[in-house]
Amino acid sequence: MARLTLDELRRKRAEAQKSIYLREGEFRGKIIVHMGTCGIAAGARAIVSAFLEELEKSGVKDIMITTSGCAGLCSKEPMATVEMLNSPPVRYVELTPEKAREIFQAHIIGGTAVAEYALGIGSERGG
Amino acid sequence: MAARRLELMLCTGTGCVAGGSYRIKRALEEEIARHGLQEEISLVPTGCNGFCGQGPLLVVMPERIFYGWLKTEDIPFLVEEHFLKGRPVKKLMFTPPERREPIPLLSDIPFFKKQMLIVLRNKGIIDPEKIDDYIARDGYTALEKVLTSMTPEEVIEEIIRSGLRGRGGAGFPTGIKWKVCRNEPKTPKYVICNCDEGDPGAYMDRSVFESDPHSVIEGQTIAAYAIGASHGYIYVRTEYPLAIKRMQKAIEQAREYGLLGENILGTGFSFDLEIREGSGAFVCGEETSLIHSIEGKSPEPRQRPPFPAQVGIWGCPTVINNVETLATVPVIINRGAEWFSKIGTETSKGTKIFSLVGKINNTGLIEVPMGITLREIIYEIGGGIPGNRKFKAVQTGGPSGGCIPASLIDLPIDYESLTQAGSMMGSGGMIVMDEDTCMVDVAKFFIQFTNDESCGKCTVCRDGSAALLEVLTRITDGEGREGDIEFLEELAWAIKDASMCGLGTTLPNPVLTTIRYFRDEYEAHIRERRCPAKVCKNLIAYWIDPQLCQACLICKRECPAEAIYGEKHTVHVIDQSRCTKCGTCLDVCPPRFGAVKKLSGEPIPPVERGMRVERKKKTATPTQEQLSA
Ligand SMILES: Cc1cc2nc3c(=O)[nH]c(=O)nc-3n(C[C@H](O)[C@H](O)[C@H](O)COP(=O)(O)O)c2cc1C
Ligand code: SF4
Ligand code: SF4
Ligand code: SF4
Ligand code: FES
Ligand code: FES
Repeated sequence: MARLTLDELRRKRAEAQKSIYLREGEFRGKIIVHMGTCGIAAGARAIVSAFLEELEKSGVKDIMITTSGCAGLCSKEPMATVEMLNSPPVRYVELTPEKAREIFQAHIIGGTAVAEYALGIGSERGG
Repeated sequence: MAARRLELMLCTGTGCVAGGSYRIKRALEEEIARHGLQEEISLVPTGCNGFCGQGPLLVVMPERIFYGWLKTEDIPFLVEEHFLKGRPVKKLMFTPPERREPIPLLSDIPFFKKQMLIVLRNKGIIDPEKIDDYIARDGYTALEKVLTSMTPEEVIEEIIRSGLRGRGGAGFPTGIKWKVCRNEPKTPKYVICNCDEGDPGAYMDRSVFESDPHSVIEGQTIAAYAIGASHGYIYVRTEYPLAIKRMQKAIEQAREYGLLGENILGTGFSFDLEIREGSGAFVCGEETSLIHSIEGKSPEPRQRPPFPAQVGIWGCPTVINNVETLATVPVIINRGAEWFSKIGTETSKGTKIFSLVGKINNTGLIEVPMGITLREIIYEIGGGIPGNRKFKAVQTGGPSGGCIPASLIDLPIDYESLTQAGSMMGSGGMIVMDEDTCMVDVAKFFIQFTNDESCGKCTVCRDGSAALLEVLTRITDGEGREGDIEFLEELAWAIKDASMCGLGTTLPNPVLTTIRYFRDEYEAHIRERRCPAKVCKNLIAYWIDPQLCQACLICKRECPAEAIYGEKHTVHVIDQSRCTKCGTCLDVCPPRFGAVKKLSGEPIPPVERGMRVERKKKTATPTQEQLSA
């Protein structure tokens, strides 16, 4: 590594900030993937990976992806709940990695829930 | 690095490492790999988180769930439950003594709530061995700003206006010190970071080195720019291997990035640093002694003035600043003197780190705004005194600070108020004492320390501390005389007046403050041969209350001096002539009997040997709770 100039240091800082954003604490929303035993069996792990990849690609920094326990609806696994600040949580059911990507683009980036995959809007508490 | 959903901030400060955090790290890595989670979760070793009493500890980001007292056995469950299935594990969370429900989030734990982080802004958030982590948290932006848009005079002006005062003890205004040094015509100039930290029990400076070494490097480089130095030293005690290793690594990384060395960031300014290890004597932390030590001379203080800012290392103008002082500098530059000077009190600005130890529920390192009261520190952050015992006093300022009594609990902490109370800020040690502490004994303990550490150059300091120690020892041995208190006071003032360095001028503080606030305890020792806290061995006796003893034989079995007589069905009796006052019998007598008593200043009621026990009325068998009460 060569000695840096001012500009190089600033670029390095911008780059480094991407890798520590989880520690900074300001989030606009949360994607919760349900990871009960049946969720995992139904492929919830692949859903997490799909969301993480989308997050990485988009460069979005204020969304956290977490997991939670059983949601009590084994037949509709894999499931995920999207909670955006100041709007009711949306639960998505019977997900595939493709659907997850679509939801990420439409809901997280675009701001519109994908009604087609959603179980119901409102009335839910995440986790 | 690819996106992650969790980051596990594992404390690898000295305290947690001693508690096994590297074993925890391996266990976490194994379990994470076993579940194939390594792409989703990263494990970040951090420096001291501050809540060392709970170590080894882990904070899970982004939610900030706090886990303490981790054991390797807990890890498989934790990884599967929380990190895979998303169910945080309650039993590994922090539960305050008086509560039943754990507190999941770090930000809700009272220990952290009242803190304000300036120096420790990155603790637990960055990997101290990665310069990129520091840079990501706005690290080296202050240096950038200074080198590209401020003259050295403007930097000094900013620091003066901020009101920053030295955190190494004396509280000298930092900006003024820099200005004096800058104005000296002689060159070259030097800047030294003082990480000697000789106070027993204090470890704030070590912790800053271990958790955020670049904050010190950045601050020291800014100081160098301000005074016009091109070389600096970091003086750190050899007993801090982890701190030295991390600082060394940080210096190398900073050099690689061009943040130290020739032509920093292409701005034309050059500055480099080297570490010097100290022998560890307490007096080495005194600035003139420290300079002698780096110069390879014997570490004895010299008369000031001239001050090091005028005549310092190798006879050249030298700024010496404490670790905390330097780590504060980048934040002042970034956020402005205005912002900084709004924190704290009229005369003391900003925050101070304290190490909270002794008879207190939450031990650890805390950073709080100046002006916070002792009550807030002890009862809110510290969680009160264990076992609901009474708070008696707190020793601040290290071995030559003073004891502040419970009656001053609402004292706002700043340089002046502590000095007025007879103590001092010192480096920020806080030892909490409860009702079971004998204040004469405490004074003796500290004088023992300073007497050992006196360099011996001044007669009053060397012989005076020895004389204080002799009288204090006599008093605690139960051989105090009328006039001893007055003699102690007189001698203490003489030592204060005639000593050359800060060690001598402050060493009498523990004696003077304990006499000032706890004179009755001295008098009880001297006049009544009584130790009110029942600590001084020569003044106490252990005695078994014949009404309460149930002849369970336990104390007799455990007494190492075979001083207890008794058999089945007969009251046990202590032979005072054989008893060594080890206290074992008191500890082992079951609480439901509570038959062993400590006496002081009263005659020992005679008990006949061979007395039959008075059986207590048969009650229901005690519950588990009563047994462990
Ligand atoms: C006996 C004695 C021990 C000291 N030990 C330390 C120490 O361990 N660390 C420290 O920073 N200052 C220590 N000091 C204070 C230093 O002499 C000096 O005032 C300080 O390092 C200046 O830095 P500051 O202005 O940033 O506080 C000690 C002073 C005395 C008299
Ligand atoms: S006051 Fe004590 S420690 Fe300081 S120079 Fe004199 S003898 Fe040495
Ligand atoms: S204090 Fe120690 S030595 Fe004395 S009687 Fe109790 S156990 Fe024995
Ligand atoms: S332990 Fe207590 S109750 Fe038992 S024999 Fe000793 S004094 Fe008596
Ligand atoms: S485990 Fe999936 S709904 Fe219960
Ligand atoms: S060393 Fe881990 S919290 Fe202090």
